[in-house]
Amino acid sequence: MDFFTTLVVILDSTVRLSIPLLLACLAGLFSERAGVFDIGLEGKMLAGAFAAGAAAAVYGSAWAGLGAAVLVSGFLALVHGFASITHRGNQIVSGVAINFIAAGSTIILGQAWFSQGGRTPSLGADGRFGAVTLPFADAMRDVPVIGYIYYELISGHSILVYFAFFMVFVTWWVLFRTRFGLRLRAVGENPAAVDTAGISVTWLRYRAVLCTGALCGFAGTYLALAMNAGFVKDMTAGKGFIALAALIFAKWRPAPAMFACLLFGFLDALAIRLQGTPLPVVGRVPVQFFQALPYVLTVILLAGFIGKAIPPRAGGVPYVKER
Amino acid sequence: MSEAAIELVGINKSFGAVHANRDINLEIPRGTIHGIIGENGAGKSTLMSILYGFYQADTGDIHVNGKSTAINTPNDAIAAGIGMVHQHFMLVQNFTVLENVILGAEGEALLNKSIAKARAELIRLEKEYGLEVNPNAIIEELPVGLQQRVEILKALYRGADILILDEPTGVLTPAEADHLFRILGQLKAEGKTVVLITHKLREIMAITDNVSVMRQGQMVATRKTSETTVEELAELMVGRRVLLRVQKEEGKPSDFKLSVKNLTVKDQRGVTMVDNVSFDVRAGEIVGIAGVAGNGQSELLETIAGIRKAEAGTVLLDGRPIDVTGAADPGELRDRGLAHVPEDRHYVGLVLPFEEYENSILGYHDHAQYLKGPFLDIDAIRADARDKIEKYDIRPTNERLKTANFSGGNQQKIVLAREMEKDPGVLIVGQPTRGVDVGAIEFIHKRLIAMRDGGKAVLLVSVELDEIRSLSDRILVMFDGRIVGERDSEASEGELGLLMAGVEAQEAAE
Amino acid sequence: MSSPYAKLPAWADYGLIPLINLVVAFAVAGLVVLMVGENPFRAAAIMVEGAFGSGRNIAYTLYYSTSFIFTGLAVAVAFHGGLFNIGGEGQAYVGGLGVALVCLTFDSILPWWLTFPLAILGAAALGAGWAFIPAYLQARRGSHIVITTIMFNFIAASLMVYLLVGPLKPMGSMAPQTRTFLEGGQLPKLNWVMELFGFTVRSSPFNLSFVLALVCAFLVWLVIWRTRLGYEIRTQGHSPKAARYAGIGEARIVIITMMISGALAGMMALNPVMGDQARLQLDFVTGAGFVGIAVALMGRSHPAGIVPAAILFGMLYQGGAELAFEMPNISRDMIVIIQGLVILFAGALEHMFRPSIQALFASISPRSAGLAAAKREGA
Repeated sequence: MDFFTTLVVILDSTVRLSIPLLLACLAGLFSERAGVFDIGLEGKMLAGAFAAGAAAAVYGSAWAGLGAAVLVSGFLALVHGFASITHRGNQIVSGVAINFIAAGSTIILGQAWFSQGGRTPSLGADGRFGAVTLPFADAMRDVPVIGYIYYELISGHSILVYFAFFMVFVTWWVLFRTRFGLRLRAVGENPAAVDTAGISVTWLRYRAVLCTGALCGFAGTYLALAMNAGFVKDMTAGKGFIALAALIFAKWRPAPAMFACLLFGFLDALAIRLQGTPLPVVGRVPVQFFQALPYVLTVILLAGFIGKAIPPRAGGVPYVKER
Repeated sequence: MSEAAIELVGINKSFGAVHANRDINLEIPRGTIHGIIGENGAGKSTLMSILYGFYQADTGDIHVNGKSTAINTPNDAIAAGIGMVHQHFMLVQNFTVLENVILGAEGEALLNKSIAKARAELIRLEKEYGLEVNPNAIIEELPVGLQQRVEILKALYRGADILILDEPTGVLTPAEADHLFRILGQLKAEGKTVVLITHKLREIMAITDNVSVMRQGQMVATRKTSETTVEELAELMVGRRVLLRVQKEEGKPSDFKLSVKNLTVKDQRGVTMVDNVSFDVRAGEIVGIAGVAGNGQSELLETIAGIRKAEAGTVLLDGRPIDVTGAADPGELRDRGLAHVPEDRHYVGLVLPFEEYENSILGYHDHAQYLKGPFLDIDAIRADARDKIEKYDIRPTNERLKTANFSGGNQQKIVLAREMEKDPGVLIVGQPTRGVDVGAIEFIHKRLIAMRDGGKAVLLVSVELDEIRSLSDRILVMFDGRIVGERDSEASEGELGLLMAGVEAQEAAE
Repeated sequence: MSSPYAKLPAWADYGLIPLINLVVAFAVAGLVVLMVGENPFRAAAIMVEGAFGSGRNIAYTLYYSTSFIFTGLAVAVAFHGGLFNIGGEGQAYVGGLGVALVCLTFDSILPWWLTFPLAILGAAALGAGWAFIPAYLQARRGSHIVITTIMFNFIAASLMVYLLVGPLKPMGSMAPQTRTFLEGGQLPKLNWVMELFGFTVRSSPFNLSFVLALVCAFLVWLVIWRTRLGYEIRTQGHSPKAARYAGIGEARIVIITMMISGALAGMMALNPVMGDQARLQLDFVTGAGFVGIAVALMGRSHPAGIVPAAILFGMLYQGGAELAFEMPNISRDMIVIIQGLVILFAGALEHMFRPSIQALFASISPRSAGLAAAKREGA
């Protein structure tokens, strides 16, 4: 394949691989901007994926799957909120707990309900959010360069892909153009200021946490019903943590988050493509190098070498009215 | 003035065992500037927090403009037309001025529609009250004086008729303070009612119509400002309490043990907390630093003790410098004979979850007498702790008990025993008897005198004027980060009260 | 973790409330069992039988417990210094590399009892080294140690996979693992100890590293509560301000604490790598680093609590394996759920039942609640 075609194919993979990261990243954005640290994106995404796969199999409908995913993920988000907000517990511990609960439950319930070794039944077209062909894509296929890009890269994705990119805009819009977003950002920086302005810190944070749950549900749905044809155990494989890394990388802003997720997705796609292929100078780069790269980059970022990553000022600290 | 803007009847509020507000009755006439004065811990902030709905009173009623009003949340207060400008600003640092002002009063769910209107309204308010500030400026880039304007604008934007300002001039320069007073005058002219909480008498005399004095949770007096004097207010503020005078002989001070020269300390906001302070403490004397809390004494103590960094200046201990602008090491200072009883015994001077004997060596845990190689010599430590318990009458006499279970007075004795028994050359002490019962107070005072008689240099910081007058050989008064006066122990309460409240002395100190 | 004033007698604080948290965690786990269509009580019975029902079962239980003692101690030491070390999984993995390098070098030259101390050093050194960078970044640059240690877990996984499919793999072999260690690189089993107690154990992986684990538990107690270093660690963990006041260097303590923690996690590798499999394989840690978090929380970060907590989880692992035979629907992953629930109720929600218990105590014996409150007066 010539270079151009290869590039487009890689970019196409990049888009597909970055979507779960992007949705989880945007999910985390709401929570963390409101001052509730969430290490549990991984668990919520996994639970959402399972719920999506299970419901889609049982009801034969991808939309049922999506609904189930959002509900389950939202429920776990509420548990995290309950521990962190109402009981002012350690937010990291709570997130870690949810990851384990989700990891174990999805496998146990999967095996018990479907007896396929922890996966949900393979889904047909009805149960999936399959590829959507944009208007004129077929017609444009043969147009040199632009047409090919339109056909291969832009058209032909699952509807959830377009949704995810749309959500970047929506997230930005909610955070910076609505009253709710203003208050959410305020409560992550100075909850006392919000409290004295007469706004309930608790209710605001719960709503943020619910947004996180919903978006994680979408992320899980994408994994199970778009990228795959059902739930497979441990299918998140650390994506929730990469999303967290991307969030920090993007300094908790929506548009940079999109680019960070695309970057990490690109690395993933590159790793798959380059597997076994020798590179000039360096020779064969082990695929593990690419796999580790997002994590290494995050550490370098946190060490302050790529600018300062300043989290929301009140992040991770339970709000207690000062005496 | 007809109806009272605010009337408080029988307000009581306790936090556990602390009775912060006792049976408060207060009437604030409409369209006046009303001052509320008192020392720290007098209960002013608690009372205002109740008025603002941040806390709920245990008993009592609130009447706003003649109507009985229940204020259970800040929203209720705002709805009743009460606005508060907090001492520690309630601002979101990385938001713009406009965003901070509209927070909570955005108008609509979608900001686009309301923000233009809000901006116009904000600019109008700014012009009307002389509170100019750029609506698009980011708060953390504004100087503190301008940030305060935003706090005031917030209240006005929400339609406050009654404005409460809590210690507003603490962070302002004199010029900014004057500007603020002009603004308050303007507000009064427009019919607003202003409540000014402060400990600074000069401000009270300058702009208030009436003044109420609080002391130890109670409202002790209300006066028309024009009919009272600073002296009277100072006396009311500081109070005629039972003087705990300790028997002591004349001091015999000798060598200079501690010398502070041109010390300047800034806090993390960049506000100067200690302003070019110089003084000496000699062996065999107690130097007391009097002043209302928040005038730089804490920062001064922390800097000398090596746990806070100074901006400029030198501190000499036994003639040799402490690296206060660089990396001072409290451990090294202890070795050189500087002992420190910190103001915060709960989180600095003690580790509450530790057992008593573990706290009895905090800071001295690297001394050979407590160690057997890398190991703690538990038997030696416990024996030492028991000795101290006996000597200092610490109760219960159980060195295995968790420190959190000791009373405040006994906790303080644990700290004192630890610091005093090491025979330091210099002892610096902050608030030694805060929250301590009377019996222990006497004991602690006797011990401090004993240190002084034993030839030690003692630097004492306390907000309790009685204590300062009772123990000190020389008294320095701190106000606004500076030493504003030096007196001997014969100085009167009134005189010291004036200095503490920032009023310049009639005669020069030296 | 914060601790509000205890208005309860000590036994309620350290015994009753943790017990209630545990019971609730298991009750919720029981609900999951119900959802799967099985009887929770029968499942529990099978689990207990599977864990303790025979000599072989007990041996297997203790084998698993060994790993959890190490990782529980690792998390606990970090907790004492006020740090949350989630990186135990990665530190153990890299510790395994240390073990393998030592064993591969010396297993034909030295007898096991000389290789063992070297392997301990290797495991501890690499585990500590893996914890060093996150520790340094937290101490000197304020990088949140939770995130960096999670990242290092993933980096460790990538690194070890690379090594095991590449440089460490013997030529001509397909499996991603090192060659098998010779006798000089294998720890003796402890099955004969079981037989002393009258049990028959034909074979099990229960090995000498269990003794090392117990020794480490004792050493952790000794260091944390009986040395100057431990005193400084605990002070820093309870109150950084008091530590500063006491002249304790924060950066130094943070790094030392994390390195001890990493070393303990690294030593976990001795159990499976040198004590059982006699080679370095992919993912031999199998989540023990995370179980360590649950064990530390359950054991309240004290060795006397950690060892029983580790045995409890060992029991869950072994019993869980038996359970998987009888109830195929409930696999080993049930343990992961229980682990998560324990972390939730013993960690994030540890004070959830406190107000109710306090109210209960106050109504039964107002004196005990009142006394404590009176002590608080003036504090």
